[in-house]
Amino acid sequence: MRFELFAEYFPALLAGIPMTLKLAGLSLFIGFFLAVVLAVLRTSGIRPLEAFVRSYVYVFRGTPLLVQIFLIYYGTGQFDFIKESFLWPVLREAYWCAIIALTLNTGAYTSEIIRGGIESVPWGQVEAAKACGMNVWLRFRRVVFPQAIRQALPGYGNEIILMVKSTSLASTVTLLEITGIARKIVSQTYAPLELFIMAGAIYLTIVFVITRAVDMLENRLSPDLMARRHVKNAAERDIASVH
Amino acid sequence: MAVAPSDPAAAAPADGVMLSVTDLHKRFGNLEVLKGVSLTAQEGDVISMIGASGSGKSTFLRCINLLELPDSGEVRVAGELINMVPSRIGGMRPADTKQVDRIRSRLGMVFQSFNLWTHMTVLENVIEAPVHVLGVPKREAIERAEALLDKVGIADKRDQYPAHLSGGQQQRCAIARALAMEPQVMLFDEPTSALDPELVGEVLRVMRDLADEGRTMIIVTHEMRFAREVSSEIVFLHQGRIEEQGPPSQVFGDPRSERCRQFLATSAHEVAG
Repeated sequence: MRFELFAEYFPALLAGIPMTLKLAGLSLFIGFFLAVVLAVLRTSGIRPLEAFVRSYVYVFRGTPLLVQIFLIYYGTGQFDFIKESFLWPVLREAYWCAIIALTLNTGAYTSEIIRGGIESVPWGQVEAAKACGMNVWLRFRRVVFPQAIRQALPGYGNEIILMVKSTSLASTVTLLEITGIARKIVSQTYAPLELFIMAGAIYLTIVFVITRAVDMLENRLSPDLMARRHVKNAAERDIASVH
Repeated sequence: MAVAPSDPAAAAPADGVMLSVTDLHKRFGNLEVLKGVSLTAQEGDVISMIGASGSGKSTFLRCINLLELPDSGEVRVAGELINMVPSRIGGMRPADTKQVDRIRSRLGMVFQSFNLWTHMTVLENVIEAPVHVLGVPKREAIERAEALLDKVGIADKRDQYPAHLSGGQQQRCAIARALAMEPQVMLFDEPTSALDPELVGEVLRVMRDLADEGRTMIIVTHEMRFAREVSSEIVFLHQGRIEEQGPPSQVFGDPRSERCRQFLATSAHEVAG
């Protein structure tokens, strides 16, 4: 192992962090709103809408993200009508193609996570909201969604981490995020071990920070779940003290 | 979206009829649960609906505020008819969901399984609908909620989450939540059936106080002694029909229907106990 390479190339790799975070951050942000809309349609009880969302999710979960990135980046250029449309200035940029692919992908996965959250809200609580005269939007905003999101948070934390790592695939369409920079330097130095160790360490650090942040958010958003856990722990202590 | 808060006394119609249900029918698939049930509640009436499991009493109550959609029949709350139109899949659906929401806001419902919103504290549960449905200013809603929590005896629990409360406390919180809407009629759907026996009394005490205040209440219950002591009228349902109806002294003391007599005999230990 050539230890001098670590010091020499570490700053160059660090310079890739903003691109990685931008790809992950922007696609997670847009993807979240997409996912909420998809999850609502998926649980709407309106058959055609449910079927549409189900097929969408099936396609984006069922195909590799790499294939989706290639299709959007290389594929769309094959059609003249796209090249002549207003979309082309966006679709010819590798950056936006990666964002689009990542967004559509996380939208599909996250919608399933949120759907699970929505379906976990006890029906009786929805009935209680109806019985008070809350309309459908108020019921969703005040009763269903706050609980769905808390329920979905652990799963969504997972999704955030997966997305950060998935951005490395953007290096295949010329983007210079952490992995892209590492690959570029490897092709000049023939030192894959050293560079990918550094790249891996940077991802680990990012993921560590995200994990802690999600944990904190979970605790803050769910005082009632904390309360329930507290009750459960107390009950377990009672049982333990009996034995 | 905001509806003016309704003062139950002021909003009582001239004829004093707070609730009138006419010829309600409801079927689930092949099973006809309600075969034409009618009921009228005058202001201040406390009507207890009794009957065996499956007699349709809970379904009837849930049809009043359209948690179940009746197949036919009419529901009027303080004189206002809930407009229904034929539904594509058979039966009826509300013509105007805004009207349904408005009428529901005037009917307080208490469920067997409490159905408190678990992500909100006790106080938040009670102020939620007044603030967001009726548009009551938050400060005013909190003041009223505190008075109601005091009335049901859980003022000290205001900042607790439902998970920290016993079943009896949760149900009293649910009653306070329903009262916070200042409903014209209170609907109780087996409010003590999910409670441990030692917690039933505290909930019945609160309900008795409400009855003494002159609130209009429809109560589906298995608590025979309570029904006998508190009600102005008893309705005995059997297989989706009203089999016996009258003041408690008559229904419990001298029922005309043989089925009612049998039903009361099997629950006699409760009446005696």
